[in-house]
Amino acid sequence: MIIYGVAFLALCTLAGLFVGELLGKWMGIPANVGGVGIAMLLLIGLGSYLGKRGLFTGKSEQGVSFWAAIYIPIVVAMAAQQNVYGAISGGPMAILAGTVAVVLGFALVPVLVRIGNREPAAVVPTKEAG
Amino acid sequence: MYESMMKVITGYGLISGFAVIGLTMWVSYWISDTFTKGRLHGSAIAILLGLALSYVGGAFTGGSKGVVDIPLLSGIGLLGGAMLRDFAIVATAFGVSVDELKRAGYVGVLALFVGVGSSFIAGVGVAMAFGYTDAVSLTTIGAGAVTYIVGPVTGAAIGASSEVMALSIAAGLIKAILVMVMTPFVAPLIGLNNPRSAVIFGGLMGTSSGVAGGLAATDPKLVPYGCLTAAFYTALGCLLGPSLLFLVMRGLVG
Repeated sequence: MIIYGVAFLALCTLAGLFVGELLGKWMGIPANVGGVGIAMLLLIGLGSYLGKRGLFTGKSEQGVSFWAAIYIPIVVAMAAQQNVYGAISGGPMAILAGTVAVVLGFALVPVLVRIGNREPAAVVPTKEAG
Repeated sequence: MYESMMKVITGYGLISGFAVIGLTMWVSYWISDTFTKGRLHGSAIAILLGLALSYVGGAFTGGSKGVVDIPLLSGIGLLGGAMLRDFAIVATAFGVSVDELKRAGYVGVLALFVGVGSSFIAGVGVAMAFGYTDAVSLTTIGAGAVTYIVGPVTGAAIGASSEVMALSIAAGLIKAILVMVMTPFVAPLIGLNNPRSAVIFGGLMGTSSGVAGGLAATDPKLVPYGCLTAAFYTALGCLLGPSLLFLVMRGLVG
């Protein structure tokens, strides 16, 4: 049933956001720590587990894929409610600060991709982070 | 008659939102096909249209929510609000390649730190060029260049003036908007065409609305990879802004 897929997606989203809230509280910061990301990982993990056992099939999948497909229209609606006017009236300093940050970000993408590509070759055991 | 129409449109806001956005999508894909022969994605045009309309909305109503401040279009606020946005982003994770994620995991975390750091430095540098010298203002504006949430969160924590906070929000908004607008054009130049570079892109840019919009306009298949890392960016910024980054700034400028 399609609703199983939608409910599964809803439960993953809520669980992820809940964990994100808890992490934020625990770290003492007023933000949701990766809730959406955690929810995505839950969906990927649980989804493939249930799929392998044949519990998540055809019709149920449609409940998730509909929302994935409606994503772009939602993003367009999101764009239409950004405070574009406020951002531009923030003046030249705000515009420049945002622009430089974006240009720097774009420029760093190929740099980090190169680091990431070299990574698998160097399998020398390094210190574990954290 | 007019009154009855308004009653239906505002009373069924979310449904009106679907209708209006659907129409926008149709117009955008038509523009994409006829004028750019599909070279510029319909979704990119739709996002540009959305941003342009929100400018008009803001200019006319003086509100801060773009077209949503126009009563007739308030349903778009529900459709494009955080709730459905996050729900749909999570849905895109369905069908993600776990192997690709694992391979990009380490460099994705690195990208998060580099992204917060580089945006912060960019913001601080520009603020300095405009004559700010105190650690509180510099940190707040730098944090604003991270995202428009990190800016005010940091500013509130370290006691910035409301004027500086407003500037930091504006800087973050500009960043989100520029990422949405520029990503489809810049993507071929920086090799943003595979899951791994999308993970890195999400970590470097981090602004969730910017990444969500930018990748949707570039290649919808990349959306989950970028959004996954971007989901941790604002939190990392909120964590580092009022603590480490502020301490560093205070050490540097006194």
